[in-house]
Amino acid sequence: MTWVLANLGLIWARTLDHVVLSVPPIVLCFVIAVPLGWVARRYRVSRGVILTGAGLLYAVPSLPLILVLPAVIGTSALSPLNVVIALTLYGIALMVRVVADGLDSVDADVRQSASAMGYSTWSRFWQVELPLSGPVLLAGMRVVAVSTVSLVTVGAVIGVQSLGSLFTDGFQRGIQAEIIAGLVATVALALLFDGALVLAGRLLMPWTRRVTPAKPSVPLEVSAA
Amino acid sequence: MNLFASAIQWILDPANYVGLNAIPLRIGQHVAFSLVTVLIASAIAIPLGYLIGHTGRGRGLAVTTSGGLRAIPTLGLLTLVALWVGIGVVAPYVALTVLAIPPILAGAYTGFEAIDRRTVDAARSVGMSELQIVRKVEVPLGLPLLIGGLRSATLQVIATATLAAYVADLGLGRYLFSGLKTRDYAEMLGGSILVILLALTLEGIFALIQRFVVPRGVSGRLGTTPALRTGSATAAR
Repeated sequence: MTWVLANLGLIWARTLDHVVLSVPPIVLCFVIAVPLGWVARRYRVSRGVILTGAGLLYAVPSLPLILVLPAVIGTSALSPLNVVIALTLYGIALMVRVVADGLDSVDADVRQSASAMGYSTWSRFWQVELPLSGPVLLAGMRVVAVSTVSLVTVGAVIGVQSLGSLFTDGFQRGIQAEIIAGLVATVALALLFDGALVLAGRLLMPWTRRVTPAKPSVPLEVSAA
Repeated sequence: MNLFASAIQWILDPANYVGLNAIPLRIGQHVAFSLVTVLIASAIAIPLGYLIGHTGRGRGLAVTTSGGLRAIPTLGLLTLVALWVGIGVVAPYVALTVLAIPPILAGAYTGFEAIDRRTVDAARSVGMSELQIVRKVEVPLGLPLLIGGLRSATLQVIATATLAAYVADLGLGRYLFSGLKTRDYAEMLGGSILVILLALTLEGIFALIQRFVVPRGVSGRLGTTPALRTGSATAAR
């Protein structure tokens, strides 16, 4: 506890670093996964290719991916950018499937009614299909947010500063309190992001409030693993 | 591409095939460590998951705890346990077992839950005892989801075993860390490629196993497993 009180400034600084590293992947993966998921759902061939690719990408361990990226895309080795890109890729890999499943979950009758009322494919997507798959997307984004916040810490072993630096520093200097502080702060940050997403979901999808308070479905609970 | 060439050269360098730091030895260590970890986690999680799935009790608690475990960054757990028990293989075993339990547990109880209640009731009405229901009906029918959970857990452990090299002289992660320390990018990249190949190979093997364990007649149920499959290694890596 004395360590924590004496180093509040450090913890706060690392927390800010952590936020800076984790927000871009969370936002970017959503922006990229929605069109990709749409394409995956739209055509039989693209579904196989995209979903298989996503599954394989998801199987790639993070630290090796972060280290391989510079060789693939030419970023400088050990740059924080590699962490952001790797986490964005994981987010996409998870969300693409969720988006495809979410769009699948929209009732075919609803889709046809929308077309019958004169919606174009474009406006039907934005005004009918996307909002209706909202709860599924939200559940997916909650998993992405929590796992991204947790994964950012891995960057610490290659010197990218985040709350994970408290683990490496605490380990090297033998300060237990520092590691525990890092653990608590990371989990707290993950819960904060999760809460923010739930709140955003309530605001954006007022119709879900009474029926189901946005909560990951059983398969998503599992996939969070 | 130059970087890749040097990494491939590193992987093929005969000097990396002798002694205590030989590539085959490291791969063996990595796989053996991961399998033992998954076995320990299974010994804890499968009976517990079956109990939850069969009785339907304690599900809420299981979901909450495994959800909570998931938010914990593995590196933090690993370094903390390493400070408690000292540098060596004990810390990775403890930390990674904790990590592997949630997906296996979830695979075990969701496997039971996914079974049509009427099937279980039918088994009961033809006179099967509870133990027989578990053994002859629920376990085989729940197998695809359990294998899905084991698949997630194994991949997660294989991925995280890389991080374990941070606190112990263990597995392929050693190359990554020693490469980092000596700024030897070829070693770092070569090691990374080996871990990635290992993970993808196991992913493929599990995909095959999952296809074969589905009891005949319920293969239609396979449609429920892909959701599990996405779950490889979030917290892990």
